[in-house]
Amino acid sequence: MNFDVVIIGGGPAGMSSAIASAQNGSRVLLVERNEALGGVLNQCIHSGFGLHYYNEELTGPEFANRLENELKKEKNIEVLINTFVTSIKDNEVTIVNSNGEQKVKAKSIILATGAREKTAANICLTGSRPAGVMTAGTAQKMVNIMGKLPGKDIVILGSGDIGLIMARRLVLEGANVKAVLEINPVTSGLRRNVLQCLDDFNIPLLLKTTVFSVVGENKIEGILYGNVDENYNPIKSTEKFMKCDCLILSVGLTPETDLLPDLKIMKATGGAEINEYYMTNIKNVFSAGNVLHIHDLVDNVCLESALAGKYASLSAQGKLSFSSPIEVASGKGISYVVPSVCYKNGEKLIAKFRLKTKITRKNIVAKSGSKVLAKKFMLAGTPGEMVTFEIDKSSAEKQIVVEVEE
Amino acid sequence: MNLTCIMCPMGCELTATKTSDGYKISGNNCLRGEKFGKEELTSPKRIVTALVHTDRGVTSVKTSVAIDKNKIFDVMKEIDKVHLKNAKIGDIVIKNVLGTGADVVITKSI
Repeated sequence: MNFDVVIIGGGPAGMSSAIASAQNGSRVLLVERNEALGGVLNQCIHSGFGLHYYNEELTGPEFANRLENELKKEKNIEVLINTFVTSIKDNEVTIVNSNGEQKVKAKSIILATGAREKTAANICLTGSRPAGVMTAGTAQKMVNIMGKLPGKDIVILGSGDIGLIMARRLVLEGANVKAVLEINPVTSGLRRNVLQCLDDFNIPLLLKTTVFSVVGENKIEGILYGNVDENYNPIKSTEKFMKCDCLILSVGLTPETDLLPDLKIMKATGGAEINEYYMTNIKNVFSAGNVLHIHDLVDNVCLESALAGKYASLSAQGKLSFSSPIEVASGKGISYVVPSVCYKNGEKLIAKFRLKTKITRKNIVAKSGSKVLAKKFMLAGTPGEMVTFEIDKSSAEKQIVVEVEE
Repeated sequence: MNLTCIMCPMGCELTATKTSDGYKISGNNCLRGEKFGKEELTSPKRIVTALVHTDRGVTSVKTSVAIDKNKIFDVMKEIDKVHLKNAKIGDIVIKNVLGTGADVVITKSI
């Protein structure tokens, strides 16, 4: 089989990039390992998606359905579900499904494989490994797809958004969520989720607190927990026991890049380092969505992936210009900027960044030498939100630095 | 009085000042924020999402509009009584549930 663009992953990133690639004249293959398109949206039955992209408040499954309907309108997209990609080598993608193994040739490849949740092993959770310890996404699948409760007395470790959303879901379905524990002095999830998921249901949020040890042999019986000091070391004198039959972990996501071991990874994001065209260090391999960097809004995933899809299609047609590369770097107060390289091609650069700390009433500037290329005023900003920054690079020289103005 | 808007993930920090005929909201970036701020201080509302049983397993539903916060658990009980043969996205399962003005709508076909 031969395609212009092969896309790996049928979540929102994969679907958006497939639509854009097809609309830019490419023949597209979209490969999804699950039995349905939509990715994690299918189990995110809560509301709040699509306000920016569709100008309407939708639930996860509804958002996925809209994208899938748009996808079906495109004639040049072939979709394979229940299909795994086992390797990618020099424009050749090996896929496996019930028909066996097959090699697919692609002029461009888009990695849209999303992210994986951090597990007990990732955070070095101590104690035994009994049944009843699971990630928030697993609990979400159990409740929202299978219609089963993972426990009756539940403790959630980590205040990531999925954990907060699950706290509310579990209470609505009749479970008792005893507490949410967060090792940091602030929540990692959005403030609005603390409000509508915890405060609405009087679920205690214990900050600077973590699990010291999991207790139980075959089935979890409870946790030993307590406070941590400034260096995140447990304060032994604060240790207490809390009985529970389920411990849910909501401790962050990590991009799923395993398919391409040669990918150059950006330390701050865990995703690939890319240029303005979303192309990675591997020629003709592009990346978008949560496998590139963790997003807080699916709306942003779709906008970004549509760009990746367009560029992957143009690349397949040999229409991308790589002349006069300009490095894009993060400066004061910025934890990372994507992409890392852009070109003098007459187009504006759409950069994404995250702040290092909370700011109020500050300007964000993009500088090339002493020249200010773009300025953006932020009334308020937190490290939790990804910010989009449009930069006019027509007068830029070798480097662009994005920073918070003093 | 300070509030965090929950209408979208931006989570604007709102300030409410009491006036002769209710509240004046500032800090919002859109009209939804103003509506939220006023309602949150007088009669807070939430969209409820849940599951219904069908012959083919469970599928998801939502209230078409936000309902009174203190009716969430009563509405959950009503949703729990539903058992369908099958379900199509957009189907109305319960009309005007408990007089809240909201319909319970299927969000995923099964």
